[in-house]
Amino acid sequence: MMPEYIKIFYVILKRDLTLTFREKTDFINSLTFFVIIILLFPLTFSTKSELLNSLMPGMIWISALLATCLSLETIFRSDFEDGSIEQFVLSRYPLVLIVSAKIFAHWLTFGIPLIIISLILGLLLSLSNEMLLAIFITLIIGTPILSLLGAVLVVLTIGLRGGMLLSILLLPLSMPILIFSTIALQNAALTQSIVAETYFLAGILILAITFAPVAAASALRIRLS
Amino acid sequence: MYKWIHRFGSPKYFYNISLRLSKWVTIICIISFVCGVYGGLVLAPADYQQGDSFRIIYLHVPAAWMSLFVYMIIALCGAVSLIWHIKITDIIARASAPIGASFTFLALATGAIWGKPMWGTYWVWDARLTSELILLFLYLGYMALQSAFENKRIAARAGAILALIGVINIPIIHYSVEWWSTLHQGPTITKLDKPSIHITMLIPLIFMVLAFKTFYIMTALIRARSEILEYEYNSSWAKKILGN
Repeated sequence: MMPEYIKIFYVILKRDLTLTFREKTDFINSLTFFVIIILLFPLTFSTKSELLNSLMPGMIWISALLATCLSLETIFRSDFEDGSIEQFVLSRYPLVLIVSAKIFAHWLTFGIPLIIISLILGLLLSLSNEMLLAIFITLIIGTPILSLLGAVLVVLTIGLRGGMLLSILLLPLSMPILIFSTIALQNAALTQSIVAETYFLAGILILAITFAPVAAASALRIRLS
Repeated sequence: MYKWIHRFGSPKYFYNISLRLSKWVTIICIISFVCGVYGGLVLAPADYQQGDSFRIIYLHVPAAWMSLFVYMIIALCGAVSLIWHIKITDIIARASAPIGASFTFLALATGAIWGKPMWGTYWVWDARLTSELILLFLYLGYMALQSAFENKRIAARAGAILALIGVINIPIIHYSVEWWSTLHQGPTITKLDKPSIHITMLIPLIFMVLAFKTFYIMTALIRARSEILEYEYNSSWAKKILGN
């Protein structure tokens, strides 16, 4: 039974990755959006490097949150449109597994590139090594939480009033992640320890991994009932 | 016990019992409100530090408690509705949401009004204020999700999932915001060393809490009854009530 489950996880993951790379526009658009928002901050505030460095943690995280809101729709949209979501629900494999594979695929195609872009931007802005490490750690723990939490909400809201409703639901719920991450980044800017915030984020991630796929699966069943 | 739950879950039974319940709840609400307001505004002595402006706590504190309490009720109803598919809990959850949002708004508004003379500003980025504001957004999100669906069954169950996520998130939000604000604001002004509240001030507060709680039950029941009639307008008993 177990190898079969691993196989189905792998199959769904591969399917979603293939679909994303064939239809590159969504993938590229959300990342472009992320970079554009980051670009807005120096344009509106100041180009002085010390001010920018103090704004950097917030800039990256606000941009990541907004970009997540836009990119989440892509997890389930094509499945809802072409009816493959009904096939997932009807299939004899656990829906939780399929949903987890889809969320993981979203994180691989959105979270990972976002982290790489953030690190490159950080290098270009000549941030310190501690800062880069902190950006890497908070993003690599934080973005999967956003994908997991967002997946549940996107299932609840897909097809209703577009992305506006999704943002209204996701943004308040993701505030703890934003707060812990930016505090960690601010501590890193002062070369202080970021261990406590990292533990908190990791705790939230474990909570999200445990509950979010189950919640997303039952939300899917409700939406299709 | 189970029989009772099943009967309670039927809309018709609930409608009838809530009519009878409403009368008593309304009476308790009015009595305790009058006692609370008279005790709070007339009998209680002015605070030695804050003067008469402390009296706003008789609205502020019950409203703030109720804002969380109502969210818990919504989440509890959501859990019951997801597990046992009881229609009534869907209706109660939906009926409670706008009331809870109003309590949250009232708590924020009275806090701001009190803050102006006490702190010199309507708003400070304090932990409690911020988490109360986030709670308001959770309510608004819940209501937005509810109104986005055509089918009320699906709306209620989708809302139930959202409310459960929210309820897991509320303590996390609370602690994260506290973390954020204590690190960044130094000693906050809210931690005024409150001498443990005097009995003459406390009794009106208890009455006001009771009044708010019964007011919530009263309004939630009224809203729930009209929702039930909307739900069941095709059934014979509902037609009879609507016909009269």
